[in-house]
Amino acid sequence: MSDVVEKTLTALPALLALDSQPGAAKLSSTSKLGHLIRSITELSSKHEEEKLISKELAAIKDQISSPNTTMRQMRELMVRAMYCEMLGYEADFVYIHAIKLAQQGTVLEKRVGYLAVSLFLNESHELLLLLVNTVLKDLQSTNLIEVCMALTVVSQMFPKDMIPAILPLVEEKLSHPKEIIRRKAVLALYKFYLIAPNQVQHIHGKFRKALCDKDPGVMTSSLLIYQQLIKESPASYKDLTGSFVTILRQVVGGKLPLDFNFHSVPAPWLQIQLLRILSLLGREDQSTSELMYEVLDESLRRAEMNHNITYAILYECVKAIYTIHPKADLLEKAARCIGNFVLSPKINLKYLGLKALTYVVQHDANLALQHQMTIIECLDHSDLIIKRETLELLFRITNAQNVTVIVDKMLGFLKLCNDDYTIIDLVGKVADLAEKYAPDNEWFIQTMNVVFSLGGDLMQPDIPNNFLRLLAEGSDNEEDDKHLKLYAVDSYLTVLKGDCSRLPQRFLQVVSWVLGEYSCLKEDEDQREVISLLNKLLEQRGVSSETRSWVLSALTKLCVGPGCADLALELADSLSSSLDTVLRQQAHELRLLSQDSQLHARVLPRPAPLDNLEVDSSLSFLDGFVSDALAAGAAPYKPPHQRHEENQQRALSLEPYGLSLPVSLSSCTLTDRQSPTLFSVSSGLSGNSTEPTHRTGANTLMLEGVKRVWGKEGYLPQKEPSGTQVSVEEPSDVVQSPHQQGTAETLTTQPETEPEPEPAQLDQEKQQLASSLFVGLGSQNSMSLLGKTEAAAPRFRRKGRHHESASSSSSSGASEMSSNSSHSSHHTADSFLYGGLLEEEPATPIQSLYHTLKSTTANGSLDSRQHSRPASGMGENEGRDIVSVKEDKQSNSSQILGSDMVIVRPSKMAEEAVVPPQNSSRPLPSTSSHSSDYMILQLPSELQGLPHSDIVKMTSDSHLSVSCCRVFREDALLLVFLLSNPTETALRDIAVELSCKELETASLKGNVIECLDGRNSSVCRYTLLMQRPHTQVVFTGFVTYQTQPGHTHTLPFSGNLSTADFIRPLVLSTEEYGKLWLSFSNDVKKNLPLLTNTGDSLLATLNALKDSLQLHIVDIIGSEGIVACRLLSGAPCLMHCRVNDASLAVWMRSPLSSLSDCVLYHCQRVLEEL
Amino acid sequence: MQFMLLFSRQGKLRLQKWYVPLSDKEKKKITRELVQTVLARKPKMCSFLEWRDLKIVYKRYASLYFCCAIEDQDNELITLEIIHRYVELLDKYFGSVGVFLLFTLLEMFQINHSYTIMPINVKPVFSLVFLQVCELDIIFNFEKAYFILDEFLLGGEAQETSKKNVLKAIEQADLLQEDAKVSANCFLCVPIPRFM
Repeated sequence: MSDVVEKTLTALPALLALDSQPGAAKLSSTSKLGHLIRSITELSSKHEEEKLISKELAAIKDQISSPNTTMRQMRELMVRAMYCEMLGYEADFVYIHAIKLAQQGTVLEKRVGYLAVSLFLNESHELLLLLVNTVLKDLQSTNLIEVCMALTVVSQMFPKDMIPAILPLVEEKLSHPKEIIRRKAVLALYKFYLIAPNQVQHIHGKFRKALCDKDPGVMTSSLLIYQQLIKESPASYKDLTGSFVTILRQVVGGKLPLDFNFHSVPAPWLQIQLLRILSLLGREDQSTSELMYEVLDESLRRAEMNHNITYAILYECVKAIYTIHPKADLLEKAARCIGNFVLSPKINLKYLGLKALTYVVQHDANLALQHQMTIIECLDHSDLIIKRETLELLFRITNAQNVTVIVDKMLGFLKLCNDDYTIIDLVGKVADLAEKYAPDNEWFIQTMNVVFSLGGDLMQPDIPNNFLRLLAEGSDNEEDDKHLKLYAVDSYLTVLKGDCSRLPQRFLQVVSWVLGEYSCLKEDEDQREVISLLNKLLEQRGVSSETRSWVLSALTKLCVGPGCADLALELADSLSSSLDTVLRQQAHELRLLSQDSQLHARVLPRPAPLDNLEVDSSLSFLDGFVSDALAAGAAPYKPPHQRHEENQQRALSLEPYGLSLPVSLSSCTLTDRQSPTLFSVSSGLSGNSTEPTHRTGANTLMLEGVKRVWGKEGYLPQKEPSGTQVSVEEPSDVVQSPHQQGTAETLTTQPETEPEPEPAQLDQEKQQLASSLFVGLGSQNSMSLLGKTEAAAPRFRRKGRHHESASSSSSSGASEMSSNSSHSSHHTADSFLYGGLLEEEPATPIQSLYHTLKSTTANGSLDSRQHSRPASGMGENEGRDIVSVKEDKQSNSSQILGSDMVIVRPSKMAEEAVVPPQNSSRPLPSTSSHSSDYMILQLPSELQGLPHSDIVKMTSDSHLSVSCCRVFREDALLLVFLLSNPTETALRDIAVELSCKELETASLKGNVIECLDGRNSSVCRYTLLMQRPHTQVVFTGFVTYQTQPGHTHTLPFSGNLSTADFIRPLVLSTEEYGKLWLSFSNDVKKNLPLLTNTGDSLLATLNALKDSLQLHIVDIIGSEGIVACRLLSGAPCLMHCRVNDASLAVWMRSPLSSLSDCVLYHCQRVLEEL
Repeated sequence: MQFMLLFSRQGKLRLQKWYVPLSDKEKKKITRELVQTVLARKPKMCSFLEWRDLKIVYKRYASLYFCCAIEDQDNELITLEIIHRYVELLDKYFGSVGVFLLFTLLEMFQINHSYTIMPINVKPVFSLVFLQVCELDIIFNFEKAYFILDEFLLGGEAQETSKKNVLKAIEQADLLQEDAKVSANCFLCVPIPRFM
């Protein structure tokens, strides 16, 4: 330090001299900017600052628009304007001048101009279009600095549509003699790749050249592109592994020029980039991983200096080692590394250590055990961030035995925390853990109470919904169920007796639903007390009208019997003048129901029936009403897409309407009394309220003969009242987990099995905490990279949520099996009927493109309800709808029962899954060839009529094999998973979980199958909707099943989907096409190759496109053709093609410009592959 | 990287660079929230923050806070070093009186860090130090600070990690500047004290 002080002291005089002698800063402070800055610092209030700046801006505006201002003055003004903008004052009048400056100035002024543009405007700003010409000019300039500036601005922001204009110039720069230009060109292309991947597709070869560039800077930049490419499809870049390894070895070995060193570490940024790429390549791939073991080892060894930068590299190394195929000695070294991080006194390193541990514990829970004391210290750390990360770690190692302690810690943190994002996240996690591992009812209810009161109205709506569903469905043990419900009722009565003015609305809603539904279970208590408590709640201020309607529904259920009639009438009177129509309606229902106890018993039977409520989804009982209305002159109903098209024809709306629920929700009687889940959809319209309406109106509507087909089981089909089923979850208070070491022992008596680091030095309390936190860890884990097997059976039967923890838990390969490479080799023999999952296969024509559709989804049934309004006109179609809904349900439940079908179902569908039908519309040539050892897989026959892909094997193990088929329904993509059990033993509790972050996924039916007998197969479906076009999306998922109770196996899978899977033909006439074309404005243009080997090349090309992409060829006139398609039933995309010599000039128009891009991208791929 | 912010201890924004397209309103909101959060943190605390769905990496140099937002899977430590490299670049370019010397002075004279806005009548040396040297270069030459940043980081990615090359690129462009002679390098050649 002393020589530092000395040097500083020598510097001091010079510093002091600054006062009198103008230095750089002094000089600029005499300038106008300096003056401005000075005067700002002298101000004392915000108000004065505002005044000063607005004066300044007025002056700038005045001067900048004067014609006499020189470019040089302009530059100075621009700097001042930038300063004002930075202070937060808008100066949008200078934007156009910034562009002008970039355009007309000399190099110096240009530089400021470009800077101003990049600061002022963002990618989507319309003024940016004016910059294109300038950039174009500068890219062609002979002045290197101008080229550099243009490339810099291009890689920061550029209008996506204009990329083709400058692309050739940027490409050309890849072979520029100056490395700085090459580097910037690569970065510009990286940017283009990010915003419009299809535009730069053809230059992938040049990326390789950049990777081999002799300048390390250029090479480093090209790695960015490769990282992105490899992330999207690792399989296609495996061949580069060797090169990346070599580069990393050279870098680590210090072969780069010295000025790439950073604190004497060679090119750390480059190293980290390479490590990331390697981990992407080596994931789930043993042979590739083997190539990199050595260099990873060397990286670990070399990075030994005690500096942040080496730790950054180490961290990345550790992550890579745990991501790729495991190797024991590397894992050991990595674990030691993590230990150093965690034990480091430096707080930043500790944080990273915890983060790494969180990543790693799922593979190896022993590591958490080794560091338990540190973890406990971190739990009490003064820095909330450290605490938060520790909780994240604990969340990952929670099991049935330590859940109470961990949840307690989480709730404690929640009470301190005031950040919305953290609260939402943590509350979700607590609810998840409580549901999965709750040791007993009391604890569960109490924990959920805390969750509701802390999470308040911020939390995800599915938490209360799941909770209520769980209460309603209960477990197999009725005694236990009753106990749970009673406990809930008791605890809520206590809550209501206290001060409930502060409680969140969601909590009150849950409370009132539970009380309304279950307070009758409490025989000893007078219902009147409950009623009066609820009544009090109703009168309370600050209760939202949505909550009021929940409370009122509860009251409606409770107000039965003579004693309550008065109260009910009073209530109904007071509310019948309410401004809220829903409340008014409910009050009316209350009045009617309380007077007629018979009706009440029929509408709201008690105890609530467990069998399914069946709803006539076709609303056929409304037919009379509809025909009356039509007769009275009402306009016939039009389905949404028709309305949408009409709107477009009038050219009023250029944007497509998104999927939306029918406006008239009040007429929708689908809401099931038992299902609180629908409330999130129909907020303000509680399901309880709609049901009585429908029933009270039943005097005139014919409800009697209506079959109930849609009910609770629609979304939870595993609840089958079959007595044969062995209860997997032990419904006693203590969770049995035979797989785990200490079965069914309470926390305190749990013997310690894990190693204790020097127990003498640790204080008692922490040890106790440790033993309760880490109990149940050390035994079951091995170095399994396929994720920790879920040993403890969750207490509550909600398989659906398993997935959440697993998928959110890591971006690692743990839950993701890259099946790409494997199944492509399996199936090369199969002819992919509709562009294989990998899109490697040449597409062959599909036979029927224009297929009448049956809707079976939830959406579909909504649609069908809408259809039913114009009554008989569409009778046939609806009929089929209903049938298919029924079939869905029935086939599903029958499959659950498997071959021993005890319940007679009137549907032929049931057999289908077991006995493949002979009359499949198309022979599936080779499904049997690769499936000789298991069943012949067939789609359910109601789907066989739809265009669909081949059945592709996704993944399998010795017990279960999973295949997948894509069915192209008009309004959605249906992923049908065929599960088959080649063994003789039955599998239980099979759950299929699918996730994809770009798509909307919905499990159509039965993603949980209770039992799959040996030599049997079953089907489960997911509907996928694509709202915004993506060229490629990856979906991941896994199947969990149990071979015997307690032995859960997980089978991960993943696959790719492209826009092509979501494109559907749009059938319209040439005239309609013309109108539609004019209503869109944004074009995308591109030249595509033309198929020239046949006679009519245009027709051949278009047919090829049509066959592989489901386009509709509207018309072909001479050398021009028009083609239309759309994204599912959403946005249309129009294509206009013209033959130009040997190429096809294509214009695309769509309200979604990204859709045009995607379609064009796929067209190009199709034609290039042919 | 999603964005980078530089602000003073008083919460005044000194430089902002956004690598994701956001509206002005959002930018202002984010800036306001982040400045508050970061300023409220104690010196010994972790340099990383979880904020919304992003990770914030920040570091204080003298009276300036450098603050970057990255995504969850990014490496926090390397981001910290990106900040450090940027400070080094600024330092080298502006001739080293800036950030580090000030820091030394503060250490030497044990001046209370919580000393706020410069009162005009404080002793000249300190007023000079407080108002000017620390942030002075960046305040008065903020456009140059941007140029350096653009040479170093492009589109949110470290573009050129060789210090020499970054400065070479900047200086080449600067040579065209008429007033290059009186650029920042004029008065001191103090070796940079190492604090890291």
